[in-house]
Amino acid sequence: MSDAFVSLQDLTLSYGQTVAVPSLNLDIREGELIALLGPSGCGKTTTMRSIAGLLTPSAGRIEIDGRDVTRVAANKRGIGLVFQSYALFPHLSAFENVAFGLRLQKLPETEIRRRTEAGMATVGLSGFEARKPAEMSGGQQQRLALARSLVMEPKVLLLDEPLSNLDARLRLEMRNELQRVQKETGVTMVFVTHDQSEALALADRIVLMKDGEIEQLGSPAELYAAPATAFAADFMGFENIFTAREAQLTSEIGALPLGFLTEAPLLAWRPSGVQVGSGPHRGRVRASSFAGGHREYVLDSEIGTITADAPIEQPEIQIGGMVDFDLPQATARALRR
Amino acid sequence: MPRLAIWIILGVTLTFLIGPFLIVILAGASAGEALAFPPQGLSLKWYAKVFTVESFRASFALSMFLAVFGTLAALLLGIPAAYALHRYDLPGAETIKTIVAAPIIVPGIIVGLALLRYFVVPLNVSITAALFVTHTALVMPYAVRVVSSSLNNLRADMEEAAVILGCTRLQAFTKVVLPNIRGGILAAFILGFVASFNEVPASLFLSGPGVRTLPIDMLSYMEITFDPSVAALSALLAFMSVAIVFIAERLLGFSRYV
Repeated sequence: MSDAFVSLQDLTLSYGQTVAVPSLNLDIREGELIALLGPSGCGKTTTMRSIAGLLTPSAGRIEIDGRDVTRVAANKRGIGLVFQSYALFPHLSAFENVAFGLRLQKLPETEIRRRTEAGMATVGLSGFEARKPAEMSGGQQQRLALARSLVMEPKVLLLDEPLSNLDARLRLEMRNELQRVQKETGVTMVFVTHDQSEALALADRIVLMKDGEIEQLGSPAELYAAPATAFAADFMGFENIFTAREAQLTSEIGALPLGFLTEAPLLAWRPSGVQVGSGPHRGRVRASSFAGGHREYVLDSEIGTITADAPIEQPEIQIGGMVDFDLPQATARALRR
Repeated sequence: MPRLAIWIILGVTLTFLIGPFLIVILAGASAGEALAFPPQGLSLKWYAKVFTVESFRASFALSMFLAVFGTLAALLLGIPAAYALHRYDLPGAETIKTIVAAPIIVPGIIVGLALLRYFVVPLNVSITAALFVTHTALVMPYAVRVVSSSLNNLRADMEEAAVILGCTRLQAFTKVVLPNIRGGILAAFILGFVASFNEVPASLFLSGPGVRTLPIDMLSYMEITFDPSVAALSALLAFMSVAIVFIAERLLGFSRYV
């Protein structure tokens, strides 16, 4: 791809004898917000650390803005990294934390002051200059860490689980904040997360990773609507995934007749795609919970556990009761193995 | 537990801790000519005499020199050692830790004898140099231990953050690691200082004619003169230690580190 701003080519990353990422190829465009999504141990953090220069690849190339930086030290790459723990310097004031990198560049004091104050204003921390990190809340610390990276005007800003240490309300606030900062500064952002809702809400493109390889790459809409594999489907909330053979769905414990023919080896349904109350199959309600706009059921069926969302208007079926359900063709997602 | 039992235990503990200290203070304040308790009358003349004894002044200067510079040398070696043990997954790190801690485990008499027999005599090392090396080695475990425990409280990613912001590894150490373990270093210095100043067994072997640390000098003074000035001097030294620890506690919450 010619418009790649960050380009990872045949990247192999290992810790000692353990290969975390065997061979990764990824192109990131300038100004893009990319999420590296996956469960722990999938290589997403390793990949991010290699872009930062904290981990030297055992093979492959990393290019940033047309320059090969594979062997360039972390302090010479022009990269920003917001750590999951924020990694603020506890002995320095908020102002000095943000000014830290600028001071290393031996810039004139007036410029350091101007850029630091601007950086703190960008993240809404004006007036907190004299505070020590320990005197700030978790959300403020995170924004301080963000400002510390942003004032360096990095080519790429990396964020490690940027929302995971925040409570639900702050998480939403910070999510908006990150999007706003990205729009304002136009900086290319790569963030690592294990939370698919975070990736869906923030990213322009999601890189879904599994065992050090890219499982699927696409826009949030693509990944959400059209996961290609069972792993991707499971990550995107398709909780009912079964093997399809001829006109049957099978699992380890049994089989169900499928009302249609499919060539796909696997079929998946979201809980909202399962029809409850009518249909050719029967299941026993094992659990039922109210979820505002809908009711979440867990059904025991001949094929195993089915999770299904029923409209709240439908009368509740008591736990232990039998209910008809259908796995309709219209909401089925065909998957690769 | 009944109240009475608690008071008895507390009383006995305090008696053992503070009792000797009080006896020494009072014995030094005796008006009599011999070291005795209870003191025969009260006077500060022995406290005054301490300052006139020539050999005490020389040995105090030597002990001060050893305590200050021996501890500084131990920190100079101990801080990088603690950092390396903490930061890198070194082969044999456990063995190194054990060796560093050895002077605490091995009795001082053995350390002194070994140094005398295999270091001082064969290499013909001067007494002052031998004492300096010994005190440095004896203080080293405190330096490594205390600095290690403050390093453990430090998050590893702070250094990485500093590097990404443009620091070299050395700058990351001096600008981020050092300022954050400052308290631990001071605590290690004070512990080392007190340990060195009070050290007897190893110094006993290494002290020679005219070159003695203060505790050794006090011992030999007592062999000849059994007057209360030794008690007075002990009391003064105890006050010095208490004052140092008190100031350290006030300034940096010393007890957090030990």
